[in-house]
Amino acid sequence: MLTGTELEALEGDPGNFSARVRTQPRFVDLDKCTSCGECEKVCPVVLPDEFDEGLGTRKAAYKKYAQAIPGVFAIQKTDRAPCRLSCPAGLNVQGYVQMVKEGKYERALEIIMDDLPLPGVLGRICPHECEDACRRCDVDEPVSICRLKRLAADQFDPRQVKIDCMEERPEKVAIVGSGPAGLSAAYHLARQGIKSTIYEALPKAGGMLRVGIPNHRLPEAILDQEIEVITNLGVEIKTSTPLGPDLTVDDLLKDYKAVYLAVGAHKGYDLAVEGDDADGVRQGVDFLREVNLTGKTQVGKKVLIIGGGNVAIDVSRAAVRLGAQSVQIVYRRTRTEMPAWEEEIEAAEAEDVQIEYLAAPQEILVEGGKVKGMRCIRMELGEPDSSGRRRPVPVPGSEFDLEADQVVAAIGQQPDFSAFEGDKEVEYTRRGTLEADGVTYATPREGVFAGGDAHTGPWNAIGAVAAGREAAVSISRFIDGKDMADGRVPITKDDPIYRPVPTDMPKAARASMPELEPASRRATFDEVELGFEPEAGQAEADRCLNCSYCSDCMECVTVCAPGAIDHSMVEVEREIRVGAVVLSAGIEPFDPSGMEDTYHHRSNPNVMTSLEFERILSASGPTEGHLSRPSDHQVPKKIAWLQCVGSRDTNRCGNGYCSSVCCMYAVKDAMMAKEHADGELDCAIFNMDMRTFGKEYEKYLTRGEDQSGVRFVKARVHTIDEVRDTGDLRLRYFTEDGKVVDEQFDMVVLSVGLRVSDEAVALAERLGVELNENRFVKHDSLTPLSTSRPGVFACGAFNGPKDIPDSVAESSAAACIAGAGLAPARSTLTRTLELPAEIDVADDEPRVGVFVCNCGLNIGGIADVPAIVDYAKELDGVVYAEENMFSCSQDTQEKITQTIKEQKLNRVVVAACTPRTHEPLFQFTLQNAGLNPHLFEMANIRNQCTWVHSENKDLATSKSKDLVRMGVARARELESIQPISVNVDKAALVIGGGVAGMFAALGLADQGFPTTLVEKSSQLGGRALDVKRTHDGRDVQSFLTSLIERVGGHKNLTVMTDAEVLGASGYVGNFETEVKNGKGPQTISHGAVVVATGGAPTDTEEYLYGQHPAVTRWHDLEQDPQKLAKADTVTFIQCVGSRNDPRPYCSRICCSTTVAMAIDIKQNKPDTNVFVLYRDIRTFGEREALYKQARELGVIFIRYALDRKPEVVAAGDGLIVKVFDPILGAPVEIETDLLNLATAIEPNRAEDIASFYKLPLTEDRFFMEAHAKLRPVDFASDGLFMAGLAHYPKAMDESIAQAMAAASRAVTVLSKDQIQISPYVSEVDPDKCIGCGLCEEVCAFGAIHLEEVDGIKRAKNIQASCKGCGLCAASCPQEAIDMLHFRFHQIEAAVRAVV
Amino acid sequence: MSKQDLAGSVMVVGGGIAGMQSALDLAESGYYVYLVEKSTAIGGVMSKLDKTFPTNDCTM
Repeated sequence: MLTGTELEALEGDPGNFSARVRTQPRFVDLDKCTSCGECEKVCPVVLPDEFDEGLGTRKAAYKKYAQAIPGVFAIQKTDRAPCRLSCPAGLNVQGYVQMVKEGKYERALEIIMDDLPLPGVLGRICPHECEDACRRCDVDEPVSICRLKRLAADQFDPRQVKIDCMEERPEKVAIVGSGPAGLSAAYHLARQGIKSTIYEALPKAGGMLRVGIPNHRLPEAILDQEIEVITNLGVEIKTSTPLGPDLTVDDLLKDYKAVYLAVGAHKGYDLAVEGDDADGVRQGVDFLREVNLTGKTQVGKKVLIIGGGNVAIDVSRAAVRLGAQSVQIVYRRTRTEMPAWEEEIEAAEAEDVQIEYLAAPQEILVEGGKVKGMRCIRMELGEPDSSGRRRPVPVPGSEFDLEADQVVAAIGQQPDFSAFEGDKEVEYTRRGTLEADGVTYATPREGVFAGGDAHTGPWNAIGAVAAGREAAVSISRFIDGKDMADGRVPITKDDPIYRPVPTDMPKAARASMPELEPASRRATFDEVELGFEPEAGQAEADRCLNCSYCSDCMECVTVCAPGAIDHSMVEVEREIRVGAVVLSAGIEPFDPSGMEDTYHHRSNPNVMTSLEFERILSASGPTEGHLSRPSDHQVPKKIAWLQCVGSRDTNRCGNGYCSSVCCMYAVKDAMMAKEHADGELDCAIFNMDMRTFGKEYEKYLTRGEDQSGVRFVKARVHTIDEVRDTGDLRLRYFTEDGKVVDEQFDMVVLSVGLRVSDEAVALAERLGVELNENRFVKHDSLTPLSTSRPGVFACGAFNGPKDIPDSVAESSAAACIAGAGLAPARSTLTRTLELPAEIDVADDEPRVGVFVCNCGLNIGGIADVPAIVDYAKELDGVVYAEENMFSCSQDTQEKITQTIKEQKLNRVVVAACTPRTHEPLFQFTLQNAGLNPHLFEMANIRNQCTWVHSENKDLATSKSKDLVRMGVARARELESIQPISVNVDKAALVIGGGVAGMFAALGLADQGFPTTLVEKSSQLGGRALDVKRTHDGRDVQSFLTSLIERVGGHKNLTVMTDAEVLGASGYVGNFETEVKNGKGPQTISHGAVVVATGGAPTDTEEYLYGQHPAVTRWHDLEQDPQKLAKADTVTFIQCVGSRNDPRPYCSRICCSTTVAMAIDIKQNKPDTNVFVLYRDIRTFGEREALYKQARELGVIFIRYALDRKPEVVAAGDGLIVKVFDPILGAPVEIETDLLNLATAIEPNRAEDIASFYKLPLTEDRFFMEAHAKLRPVDFASDGLFMAGLAHYPKAMDESIAQAMAAASRAVTVLSKDQIQISPYVSEVDPDKCIGCGLCEEVCAFGAIHLEEVDGIKRAKNIQASCKGCGLCAASCPQEAIDMLHFRFHQIEAAVRAVV
Repeated sequence: MSKQDLAGSVMVVGGGIAGMQSALDLAESGYYVYLVEKSTAIGGVMSKLDKTFPTNDCTM
């Protein structure tokens, strides 16, 4: 089983293909995961649960559904989220945002600090490009990512975060500059075990963080605190220690293994206008440095600041705080182009800073050497420049003056390299920055690295921090002598895959930051932004869309006890050699969102699709089966079903076909809803036709109507209006007689049709398999499983809309045809298991070993497992007991095997979960230790104790002890049971020589099994001999001729015509059937039987059939083409003898047959009047196209009701048909030349066959399958199969598929030399048996019968047929029958242990 | 095609009810089966159904 896998390409030829498959990483080891679910509990990422059709939620660590196979969890993860990709440091944004959402601030900091130090600093001043990339912008506003980082640092002191460092190494590194780049490099080197010393020219550490950003944005204490994080790792910072002639890079290289130059860009650009050297003109960076280092600086009364970046804003806001009367920023472009952050600009404005846009300085106006103002010129925006922003162009003659006593230039910075003047070997770029490699940050000089603004020119703190980290990686590799560049080129994806932004995601406002009132900001450098309250921050974090699904928070890894989670898994591609391919890509429900204006499915929660409603009804669904409507959780009183949504509608949805299943599921859902409803519930199904054409379906419809009171309304609803503020829905529809009705409902269920998914279409394209106009696999009704590509077969709903039984049958058929081509290679690739020899323990005293599972916390977190182990040790027969974290994990399995051998255990009890899923695994463990697998017993202390009594730990523990006690008591009584197998006679018998019988016989013969085909008439062909064409126009007779030829000439086939089955005996693999033909009786031995005894249209006494020559039935109409050509009017009556007593079933194919004949008549002679009188037109599946075509050709369809059936009277050579037309609301009379009746199809009489093989029949005398849904061609008894009309009326393509299915099922028996049978069978004690025969009466499998032994009757069981149900044992008055493994004394021991 | 050239294995694409049935039949008939499923678990659309008509059996 390859999950998470897609077939990418298929090359080669039938019999020998090479299939390329691609498997997506599951991130969970299939062998290690024990399905305990701890990962799911801690996973912070909540997503809509597709399994619940989005009505419930699941986590990114999830199991598709509770009973999923494989039962292993998976982690959903796509490409890295855009926030992370846009972060220069590649910070796992989604991860820490999710941790903040959960209130796990320490863990959030751990995630952040894995990539960078300074979380509280960056949480304040990072330019947060991640927020521009945030896909939440598609819904409303970006997540406030930056501020959530600050919240984490506000809530948990970063100094307390445990930072793992490697063992300290002797090599030391010198770092020049203690800005973000230098600090980051020191931090990451320290984590690598490399200590560094930072040389800082200024008296305080922090670089631009310290001197470039005022305290109102970044309080000094925060910076101090976070620098402490770094110095706590052993990093030394030498302040006021600039480089220069006395301390050169050369000097540093003598003491240090490497040097990292990160001196920043602290030198402002001059204005370069006349007067810029006047007293009162300053550099912004100088201004800020002085303020930040000393708390004060010279500030004018009227301050003008030139520039549009954050420095300009910082200066302006600092000037306000230092007492300037007016502060004005002059910027040459508009606000849109302004590089300063919007929130900073807004804050400055709130603090009364004025901004003069589209103005540039021309001259500083000077008086007495001092600034008195500035002459500006007005600008306008011209063509975009290299930065993409529109270039400002001066407007001639627009000069104007601004008054000022201080002018601050904030038009950019550059690095200041005066400290390196003595260093000849430091190299610079043409842009005046340090020369260094873009990936490794190594300078041309060995051992010297550079980074931050000094390398890039002025950028931002996060970029510098990222550069510092990368330099640390390089330096570490440099010290180790490794290649510095290896594997470091970033991998970018052009078309990343993210979680789609949900179309119905409700808008949620971005959290606003609490701030100091503007009035209280003057004269203080107190921080303006006060930080989020935790609740507000968590709600903000919850706005994250989780673009990557999994947030890589690694919480799952920390809780996974078996160590099954591996986030490093990658996609795997491989080639697989196969002989054939079966496509069963299935369908998806039609999505009604494209018809929102009609159905309001997205906007009104009380309009649901049928699959959504199905989940509501399910006990494991989002409401746990409680029927309530989503808008207000009230119990609905009225529900409407609208049929054919996405089906039978070429105009709006483009799907012309009938989806075949919706009528039945609507009846089911309506009946179920009524059962679930607490009170009265009105269920109305609005339909055009009710199409319940399958076996036992018509009775189901009748039950829905008569017993459950479901209403069926013949109308297509044309308008649904939402009733304001109530959530109710008003439906407007026309009744058949044209009346308009408005009716209000609490809920509306859309019976959505089936549609082939886009993925399946893409798959077909990749494989070169043609699809038809409805996107289903293109095929022919006479070769229903073959695709356009030889060796590739299709089945199920991908091959045309169909229900489950038809899909299952078709799938077995696909297996048959796929296998037929590969028969010579059968069993060449299958594997057989080698097991050690079994130890005989029959005469040994029981030595019971008890293994109590903790199931992670599932059991251990509730029950006292050590106490249960101690208790078990004291029990009679127990020689060993232990607890396991996960008894089912692979390593524990191996341990148990060892323990069994060491302790010489001969009985094993595992107290854990359910035997339903885990018993086979433990039995296999026993076998590996040389024990018989039946010496094993399970106590389900998880499901039955710790899950149901999770609130009461004592009770859970004591009940667990009870179950263990019972298990041990029973285990002591267990005995070895040897497998039962029977030899298989590898030959088959097929009864019935129609199309079904012939296909079944060929299916078997093609796979190499000698087959006898028995036909009671003299000719093969059966009912198909009457049929000219299939519904898709294929010529049946020529097909039949070649089919009969193939059957006759097949080397593995023996055909017996005029043959009668006289009797049969035996069981699976070993039947003997007596057949008589012209040569007399003979006995045929065979291992399997296919019954295909066929069916036929019935005669009728209705509508003058048999009394008037113009009345025919079925294909008789076509027997005389001349008569048909002469007729002016031809009338058909449907459901003659079907859907009514005594044949309450629908004959399934009459509608399609009639419609096809009507089309023929119209096409041959268009002016013929053709009438079809019907009850419901059931041209199911793609046959709906016939119905559409017939209407387009002018065939008149008139519905009649059962209580108003048509009347037919003779009128000379012709007839008059009277019928009530519900649309006209009046009776009409049709003068018709010919009348053709669609009479019911009945099975051929086969009671004798049924009695020979003990085969059950339905009330309608069709053969009864083992399971209506899942075993549609099997009989309940093994080795017996059915096909064709004997099962139910069906079309030729369906008969062919079913016949091949029966062959496939029979091959599963015949391909084995021996059949293993469950050894849990009955055992008769002939001494106790009195031969009463009760057992034979109750056995449904013919597995026990009375045999005469020495003149007395005694029960004898047939092990091969026994299913181990125990009915015989329970009904035996003598207790003469015992069930192996469930012997009376074994059950009694367990019961006595507990009572 | 000789026996050596024939692969005794079949790939079934899609792990819903149809694919599971094909895979089981083929495996039981002596062919090695690769059941390829796009999602994390087999079961397909049917596993989402609460009950199945016409018997109203539980789907699981």
